[in-house]
Amino acid sequence: MNKPLASAALQGKRILITGATGGIGQWVAKLCHESGADVMLQGRDTAKLDALCATLTDRVKCFQYDVTDEHAVKRTFAQIQSDGLDGLVNCAGIMQDSALAMTRLQSVREQFDVNAVGSFLHLQLASRIMMRKRAGSIVNLSSAVGEQGSGGQIGYAMSKAAVTGMTKSAAKELAPFNIRVNAVAPGFIDTDLVASYSEGKRAQIFSHIPLVRAGEAKEVADLISFLLSDHAAYITGQIIGIDGGMRL
Amino acid sequence: MSNQQKLVQSFSSALAIAQEQVQDLLAYNSIPEWDSTAHMILIAELEGQFDVMLDTDDIIDMSSVGKAKEILTKHGVSFE
Repeated sequence: MNKPLASAALQGKRILITGATGGIGQWVAKLCHESGADVMLQGRDTAKLDALCATLTDRVKCFQYDVTDEHAVKRTFAQIQSDGLDGLVNCAGIMQDSALAMTRLQSVREQFDVNAVGSFLHLQLASRIMMRKRAGSIVNLSSAVGEQGSGGQIGYAMSKAAVTGMTKSAAKELAPFNIRVNAVAPGFIDTDLVASYSEGKRAQIFSHIPLVRAGEAKEVADLISFLLSDHAAYITGQIIGIDGGMRL
Repeated sequence: MSNQQKLVQSFSSALAIAQEQVQDLLAYNSIPEWDSTAHMILIAELEGQFDVMLDTDDIIDMSSVGKAKEILTKHGVSFE
């Protein structure tokens, strides 16, 4: 396994990671922790969250709640605010594939609630804590689908496009406070979200990827940990693709 | 330091104005120093100073120094 970007790149930083038990979230948690950060991990599944926290031993706090529950989100921020916050990663997300004609409004709303509104809630509260130190880095999870569209994923694409707009708007508004806001836009990454895809479907997707393979969750986490670090101090408002060249 | 003094200091620091200017009637947007950007700095100062987490409605409603005291009182801060 490759070493983290720099072993102490996030030393002493306090970073909240939502969706920490997901494919990308777990790697973000591990890499941030290895890079010296104090990590605060959000998840809905208590068993998965406890198991993850057990692997990280010290410098870790776990918070079990739903990112769409406004009161739970506020309770969490009330608990962490006094110690400050240096980084936020909005990894929590859901994806529901369906053709336009077969997409229920409920599905669109659910994806919006988790992917966009949940991220907004965390961004809003995190930025207020970061303002106290006039410093911080927020990384949202957009998607190549949100940037380019994708047949059969209209609800997901809408929710991720919203994340892109939110990221750019927040970056402009928070730049005067030295708070950077960026998003990563993964392409086809091997996570549970796409575990059900058939070999035929994967092959069809790979035919559009110059690197002809799926990305790994760790590769996305590497990019996120870089954006959280001071190595990325002059980067804000960017939606950075990590997609094997899918958009070339 | 009393809560009143902390409040005055927070306003003075966030808005970059003299402490003498911090009076109950001083209102949002009534002076150039208290614009929307300074308002966010003020919120951060007050939350840090008094260890409270304000609601979005509180931030919108915080239209004057007097109103700020009223809102902070609601969150358990006493100005007696």
